[in-house]
Amino acid sequence: MGGYGDIQMIDENGIRMDGRKAGDLRPIEIETGVIPVADGSARVIWGNNHAVAAIYGPMEAHPRKIQRQDRAVLDVRYNMAPFSTSDRIRPGFNRRSREISKVTAEALESVVLVEMYPRSKIRVEIEILAAEAGTRCVGITAASVALAHAGIPMTDMVVSVASGKINDVVVCDLNKEEDNYGEADLPMGILPNSGELVFLQMDGDLSQEEFQKAWDYNMNAAQGIHEIMVDALKGGES
Amino acid sequence: MKEGRVARPDNMSVSDTADGPRNGRRASPLVTPGEDLGKSEGREAGHGVLVMDGRLTATKHGRMNEKGNEVSIQPLRTAYIPRPGDLVIGYVEGCTNNIWFIDIGAPFNAILPMSLGPGNTSFGGTRQVIDIGEAILCRIQEVEETHSSVVTMKGLGLRKIRSGTIEDVEPHLLGLLIGKKGNSLRDLKNESDCRIVVCDNGRIWVDGEFDGVVSVKTRLKEMTLESKAVGGVA
Repeated sequence: MGGYGDIQMIDENGIRMDGRKAGDLRPIEIETGVIPVADGSARVIWGNNHAVAAIYGPMEAHPRKIQRQDRAVLDVRYNMAPFSTSDRIRPGFNRRSREISKVTAEALESVVLVEMYPRSKIRVEIEILAAEAGTRCVGITAASVALAHAGIPMTDMVVSVASGKINDVVVCDLNKEEDNYGEADLPMGILPNSGELVFLQMDGDLSQEEFQKAWDYNMNAAQGIHEIMVDALKGGES
Repeated sequence: MKEGRVARPDNMSVSDTADGPRNGRRASPLVTPGEDLGKSEGREAGHGVLVMDGRLTATKHGRMNEKGNEVSIQPLRTAYIPRPGDLVIGYVEGCTNNIWFIDIGAPFNAILPMSLGPGNTSFGGTRQVIDIGEAILCRIQEVEETHSSVVTMKGLGLRKIRSGTIEDVEPHLLGLLIGKKGNSLRDLKNESDCRIVVCDNGRIWVDGEFDGVVSVKTRLKEMTLESKAVGGVA
């Protein structure tokens, strides 16, 4: 959120720098089974974001102190590859990846039937291979498809998408420039079948009307993304 | 690696949506977690199905089956859940003076008490009999409420595995490997001239000549790839 309002990122006709309209998403591709050794995996290409998620388990939780007697724990690790951005990222865990791992685990725990595997652990590995704004949304979406692919029981799949504000206009699915120089960003995790919300963060300021508009964009976008997720899992079958 | 189909808005069909109508092309349609399976009135929720707000909801990715009034899901992939009497291959992960801890490929490790292990074990000598990392052919003795399981080596053919190789396949593919009345497995044994022991946790012990073992491994690999193509997951 640079907040540099003097950079024009949307024209008077509502067309953004990459040719999209305010409510449009970047192109999305989802593929499952990309990591044969994992119990479940998915690759999501969302604009110029490339994310791979792999699921291992449920397995015995080690060390034993992380075990919960009544449920499984989700061990989520979100990581951006050093080459994923133009500035090299120092490899390893940092504050940002720790935060995103935590919010991702909390979003996914609300749909995974963790009570079915007490004292066990489900490992969720999310690797961002190329980053272009909105990687936490791409990561959550990829992890959700990978969990379904691994046969982990869930009440729904989490779809994550962000809307934000650029030049005082609310738009859906910010790209890199819009994310860097825009005024606000609202990533959300949505359960598409029930319309429930499992994750919400806000960076920057939005008025009540702008928040409602961003909310509506996210809710509408979630339905479209969910269709792509289902299609990836079904492989064209109904 | 086998090429997978990529889902994009331009190659999707209208009937592939989560809430799209079922057109009855297949007897058992593929469903995904969260998919609505209709009203729960007069129907029972079986494996992989939950009743939420008076409606049946899928919780797993798999094929929906309706038998009588029970709706269940045959998952495309699933974790192995031990049941008493299952024949399994386990790896020793650790041991104490009188207990071995066995990885049976389930969400929880099993224990093998000295009393159910090989007869020549003395207190404190567990590691001399079966060391950490070694594989054993054993049977599930009991599964407790806490999901902990106890395995036994007391039984015909149960032993420490000293030769051959152990292959892993997903547990739900075992039916495909064994075939009707064991025909497929019998053919595979005859063709490869190997001893093949198929265990319920998806681990397969193959023992025989090198060429035979290679042919079994190839068959298992083919079967895994075929099964993935069926579900549209690659």
